[in-house]
Order: sequence, then structure tokens, then C-alpha cells
Amino acid sequence: MSDTARSSSRLPRLPAVPMAILVGVLLGGLLVLVSGGNPFTAYLAIVTGSLSWSSLPNTLNWAVPLVGMTLVAAIPLRGGMINLGGDGQMVVGGLVAALVPLYLPGPGWLLILCAILAAMIAAGLYATLAAWGETRHGIPMLISSLLLSYPAIGFASYVVGFPLRDTTTGLAQTPMVPEAARLPVLSGPLNAGILIMAAVAVLVVLYDRFTVGGYELRMRGLNARFAGYGGVPLARQMTAVMFASGAIAGLVGALIVLGSQFRYQDGALLSPGYTWSGLMAALLAGGEPLAAILAGAFFAALQTGGFAMQRETAIPRVLTMVMQAIIILFLAIRHGIGRQGGAR
Amino acid sequence: MLDLITPFLVNSAVQAITPILLAALAGTLCGRVGVFNMALEGQMLVGAFAAVVGSYATGSALGGILFAMLATMLFSTILAYGVTIFRGDAVVICVGMNLLASGLTAYLLRQMFGVSGTFSDPAIVGLDKIRIAAINAWPVIGWIFSRQTAITWAAWILTALVTIMMFRTPLGLRLRGVGEDAEAATSMGVDVTRYRIVTVLVAGAIVGLAGAQLSLGTVSIFSEDMSAGRGWIAVVAVMLGRNHPLWAALACVLFGFADAFSIRLQGQGLPNQVTDVVPYLVTLAALVLTHGRRRKRQDPTITASP
Repeated sequence: MSDTARSSSRLPRLPAVPMAILVGVLLGGLLVLVSGGNPFTAYLAIVTGSLSWSSLPNTLNWAVPLVGMTLVAAIPLRGGMINLGGDGQMVVGGLVAALVPLYLPGPGWLLILCAILAAMIAAGLYATLAAWGETRHGIPMLISSLLLSYPAIGFASYVVGFPLRDTTTGLAQTPMVPEAARLPVLSGPLNAGILIMAAVAVLVVLYDRFTVGGYELRMRGLNARFAGYGGVPLARQMTAVMFASGAIAGLVGALIVLGSQFRYQDGALLSPGYTWSGLMAALLAGGEPLAAILAGAFFAALQTGGFAMQRETAIPRVLTMVMQAIIILFLAIRHGIGRQGGAR
Repeated sequence: MLDLITPFLVNSAVQAITPILLAALAGTLCGRVGVFNMALEGQMLVGAFAAVVGSYATGSALGGILFAMLATMLFSTILAYGVTIFRGDAVVICVGMNLLASGLTAYLLRQMFGVSGTFSDPAIVGLDKIRIAAINAWPVIGWIFSRQTAITWAAWILTALVTIMMFRTPLGLRLRGVGEDAEAATSMGVDVTRYRIVTVLVAGAIVGLAGAQLSLGTVSIFSEDMSAGRGWIAVVAVMLGRNHPLWAALACVLFGFADAFSIRLQGQGLPNQVTDVVPYLVTLAALVLTHGRRRKRQDPTITASP
């Protein structure tokens, strides 16, 4: 154990990830077996329910928000920071994106543009509050980002429950956004959101690889004190990183609202648990953006397959969540992935 | 304002404080040995689920409590061994544990009892409320102590015991030594790894109690994700208290009253979406206000960024 465990490498070595997935699959299968199911039919249902020709669009559609939230977690993680406030930031973005087209006149394309930009800016600014909490008030961002989620969710819930509620329905939700301001459908469940998210993902990867800012962020991730000594303005960098991270969370909220739900509905953005799955995927990849995107897509396939499994075998789809957690735990225990590694 | 503070408010605040206080106690224990325990939320959920299972199976609340403590202890082995022998990162392990707890309890709920969402059954025996006539007659004390569960009593007794143990016994000295300077502790002959493992496991059992109070204390049901952020509040209480059990307890009291007060405000006609936020805002405000004090002795185990 000693050699691998003491490896100072921050990124898990390649064989570790397939190994962790294997462990997750085995333990998940064991759990199915113990609870009286057949693991093989369960896994078969997951694979066909996510990767077959007919279900691939659903997987891709699920991957858009999940990969988005993976980037939300991966960007700060690249610099050794953790943003646990994705839920609140996504809600801020989703709410803003639903309200802009409702209360702003103009042609559809302009409304979409304004809604997305406003959602990204609002969510980005909300996320910088957490960075500000650490740089100015000494509240660890890990905690402040998480705590700030609750007021955002409560506020959004209040807004759509009372002053801006669609009074024609019994649910706490805004009225539908006008048809013209909805994202164009590509085919089946897929809408233009996937193109926007793909573009953002490419930009993040390019920024990470080829710019000074990306280099400085990686340097911070390896050794923040060294980065600071080398002239990286740590506080400003943290604010910028959180703005970018929050803005992408806002984009995810906006894409869900404008692409598939067409309104902000209380709780609808949070129930799929994209934020935590995204964080898991980012941790799985150790914050490296390209690997994180792949991990996010993998989790999206797993979860989409989970729906099929639940339909066909009556095994609850939360099994896929258990598997994700096992994969991360195994990896964390085996290689000490994350920020500093070791027990400190 | 003052007329909002009623015996009922005090009583429900004390009830609300119990699970958070127990979790925060566990957090301070872990923090003292240098393990930042962010998995309190997940541990509490496991405890709440196990308590219901134990109570359902044995037909006694005590069975539920014991099962909750055992199950949570078992669950805590991930953290205990993960950060020591396997040298994993505590934050990543804790995030994983929280998700595992949430997924596993939801999965088992469906597979064992065939329900999703909330499980309630007459066979689940809840905790008895302890009534002591002599105490109930007193004004303020009576409000606090009347009709509370044994776990609430245990929580406050444990707070005192942990404080005494930590600061007045050789065991506590070694414990603090492990967290403050592991190398120095090792050179004094303290087995750091063993201290960490045992402490995290004992802390796990204490969070198990918190879970039992949650599911058997007032309601006798289990519902998915019923810890509902209480574990995170406990993490904040540990931070606010800088790993000192009494200061952490004070933070829990603050939160408990904010929580009870927010429920009271609902009665005054404010929508619950607004009042639900009050405890978190109070917590954030407390974090901002205590900044100066924390900066002086910033605990190495709780700084988020390297």
C-alpha cells in the first residue's frame, strides 16, 4: 500500500479510475444481489437504457446540465478550491432566465441572449459572494458557498410561490416563457442548449491548456503559497474563478429553463441532483477539465440508464448514486485525490 | 418581540438543538485529532435510518438507538481508515460519504420497506418524553427540561463530559496533542493513527444518537434526506466554536433558537420560504461577526483553501 498511497501525484493515475469504476460496479452489483435482484439484468438495462441508439439522445440531454455542473466544480477544483454552492447558483440563474423573457419585450433571439447573459452574470455575482466571504471575512469558501445556497433557494421559492407565481396553476412556478424565447429544438429531446454547453466546455478546456490564467490556476492547485509568492493575486483569482464557476451554474439553470421546462418551477432544478453528481465527476477527474467532462458524461449515462433499470427491473435508480459515491470513495482512499492529500 | 419567546418556543428550540449539538460534539472531537469531519450530514442520515430500522425490528426505542449508534459507527470506518491508513483527503471522502448515505438510505428504504419518500409504521417505537414533575413546575427550567427525550438529556451530559475529558484528563491532553502536532505527539509515544481512528469511530456513534433523535425523537418516521442540512449546520457550529465543545454548543443554541423562532414567525403570517432561511442567515452573520477571533487562531483543519 505504502508506495501508491504516498504518491504525491494529485491526479489519480490512469489505472486507478477504471479500477474504481470496477469496484463501484462490483459493490453495486452486490447490493442488488443482497436485496434480491439480478445484477446482470440490472446492468444490462443500464447499458441499453443509456447507450443504445434510441436512448442516446436522452443520455446527451441529461449530460448537458450534468457536464455543466461538472465544469462548475472542476474549475475551482483545478485551483484547489471547492465550490459547494452550485445548487444556489443554478437556482439564481434559472430564476433570472425565466423572468427576463417574461418581463422584457423584444424579438425571441434577443430575449434568449439577454436571459442567458443575465442568468450567468447574476449567478456569477452570487458565487463571488462566497469568495468574498473567504477573502474578506475569513469564512472558508467551502462552507460559505454551501450556506449561501439556502437563502438563494428560499428566495427563489418565495418569488415563484407568491409575487411572481403563475396563478393559473396550483404549483409554485412562474408563467411559461413565450415560445419565441425558447431554445430551438434540434431533434427529439435535444435542443440548442447542447451546442452552447459544448462550446463552453471547449472554451474551458482551451483556457485551462493555453492561457496564462489557466496556468496560474493550475499552479495554485499544486501549491497555493508558491503561486502567491510567484505573483498570482490569490484573492482576485479566487473571485474570478468563483465568478466563472457560478456563471456556468447560472448557464445550466438557464438552459434547463429555456430548453426543456420553459418556466422556473420550485424545486425542479434541484431534484435531479446535478450539483453533487457534477462535483463527484470533477473529483473523479481531479479537476482536469477534459477528464472531468468525460466523467460527467459517464455519470450522465449511468443515471439515464438508471431510469431504464428502474422501469424494467424495479430496482430503484438511486443505485446509480450509490455506485457514484463508491467510485469516488474508492478513488479518494486509494490515491488521496483532491487538494493536499494525506490526513494533514 | 419578547412576547414571541414562550415556553413552547424554548421547548421546541431545545428539541431542535439536540441532533445538531450531538453532531457538533462529534465534529469537535474529530477536529481535535486533526480530522475535519464534513460527513456529519451523511452520518446523521445513516443514524436516522438505522434507528427506524432497529426500532421497527426490535420493537423498542432502545434497540433503535443502539442500532443507530452501531450502524453510524460502521459507516464512519470509511472516514476513520480513509484519512489515516489510506491517507485520503478528508474533504473528498466526506463528500463521498454524504452522497453514499443519501443514496444508500433511499435505496434501502425502497428495497426493505417498499416505500419511497417517507416511511412510517405503527411498529416504529418512538422515544419516550421524560417528565419529572418537580422540574416541570419551575418556570424557565421547566420550559427547557419538560417533555424532552433521554437523548436530549444525554446530549447535554455528553457536552459536559466531552469538555471535561478534553481539557481535564490525560486522555484529552493526548487527544489535543494529536491534532495540534502529530509529530510531537508521536515522539511522546502517542499512537496518532490509533487515536484518530478511535476518535472518529466514537464520534460516529455520537452522531448516530443525533440521527436517532431525529427519526425517533419527535416524529417516529424516516424520510429521505431528513437530516436536511442539520449536519452542515453542525459543521459550521464546530467552526464557530473552533473545536471547543462549549463554544460549539453555544453556536448550536443560537441556531436552535433561530430555527424555533423562524417557525414562530411562520405563525405570524410570514411564508415559510422566508422563515426557513433565517437560521442560515443567522449562521452566516455569526461567521462574519466572529471573523476577528477566528483569524487569530485559524484552525489548520478547517481552512478551505490551501
